[in-house]
Amino acid sequence: MGNNKDVSFEKALARLEELVSKLEEGNLPLEESLELFAEGIELTKKCSRHLEEAEKQINILLEGGDGKPVLREEDM
Amino acid sequence: MPFITVRELTLRIKELLESDFLLGNLWVKGEISNYKKAASGHIYFTLKDSYSCVRVVMFRSRARNLQFGLENGLSVRVNGYVTVFERDGQYQLYAERIEPDGEGALYAALEKLKQKLAAEGLFDQASKKKPPSFPGCIGLVTSPTGAVIRDMINILRRRWPAVRIILAPAAVQGETAPEEVARGIRLLNQMPGVDLIIAGRGGGSLEELWAFNTEIVVRSIAASTIPVISAVGHETDFTLSDLAADLRAPTPSAAAELAVPDRVEIKRMIDMHRVRMTRCIQQKKAVYRQRLEQCAKNRVLARPLETICDQRRMVLDQLERQLGKVVQGSVKESAGKIALLAGRLDTLSPLATLARGYSLAFGPDGKVLREARQIKTGDSVTVRLHRGVLKCEVREINKTNDS
Repeated sequence: MGNNKDVSFEKALARLEELVSKLEEGNLPLEESLELFAEGIELTKKCSRHLEEAEKQINILLEGGDGKPVLREEDM
Repeated sequence: MPFITVRELTLRIKELLESDFLLGNLWVKGEISNYKKAASGHIYFTLKDSYSCVRVVMFRSRARNLQFGLENGLSVRVNGYVTVFERDGQYQLYAERIEPDGEGALYAALEKLKQKLAAEGLFDQASKKKPPSFPGCIGLVTSPTGAVIRDMINILRRRWPAVRIILAPAAVQGETAPEEVARGIRLLNQMPGVDLIIAGRGGGSLEELWAFNTEIVVRSIAASTIPVISAVGHETDFTLSDLAADLRAPTPSAAAELAVPDRVEIKRMIDMHRVRMTRCIQQKKAVYRQRLEQCAKNRVLARPLETICDQRRMVLDQLERQLGKVVQGSVKESAGKIALLAGRLDTLSPLATLARGYSLAFGPDGKVLREARQIKTGDSVTVRLHRGVLKCEVREINKTNDS
């Protein structure tokens, strides 16, 4: 499962905010500004892609015979 | 009249009691006194009212499902059956279920438990965990049927479709509810990747919400390493679960709204960021373009030939002129020298002597004649003049000693 993607979404968004405020401060050299801008555009694409992700199935969590959790797919 | 044994008497009374329909399953109201919990887990107390009392026992298997703490003085309703404890010859009420009697008792029990758990620090603000802003996976602990779960799933999916949902089904009222809700929270904590838990149910009476006031549920919420949002009943309902949870939502639907961001809003925010970045970079470009134009207007760049080439051209011309002078001077000088040398060479040339009227005579062998005895009469002699050559014949030889 490991939802690294969602952690990275949050990080990407935070980075995007950081880039915007850095750019808005406006005292960067042109070359660096352009680099940050390119990175920012990449991030907006990445974040937008994440937003377009399809609905996921719902899992039902049950207790197995050994007391450990067991997952079952369910269409609700 | 025959005697019967004590045991026979006891068994007869026991049979009599057990054959009674009402005594087999009844509810009794009263106040708890002489409360005692044995090491075995069985519970013993006396249930009394102002006139009478009855001994009550609740076995461990039943006591485990108790949804609140018992104590002396508490008004309760006890459900169970009556029979005789043969050894003591005493009839007893064997309790299957015990509930607080009336709202007053319910609140008293609730307050008691609240103070106990608060003293343990289960409601401490400092230990609250912050729910993640973008949960990838949410665990729901609630009834798998009914409007509540459907509403929550609809809201979660509408706002943030990428979220993964794991439902831990649990009865949310009734005897097994506390155990099932606590188990759901515990199992979700064993699943890797769950970012957030919502535990709750729809509105109901205080009794119906009771599971969320039980010690086992409150403890499971406090023990969860995953942030928990409590979502019990309506806005005005407060439970101990709300106090133990990391965040309290007024309703299950509100919990779903709190749990995930709205995709539309986030999309708008990302678009806004893009617009702001683009505006920044365009402003930046404009500033640089202006600087560039300023530079372009500079004379050096505007008329580069004039400033760069023409000046150099001038220098070059000057150098060329100088070089020309030098070369010409040197040619003239050389010409003078050559004329001088040619003059001197001229004076040395035999041809110059011939010009003055002298001539050269060559013998038949072509050698220059210096003495008369080099020749005989009749020999042919060639005489070279300044201009022209004479072929002569020697007629007479006068030998002299002229040097």
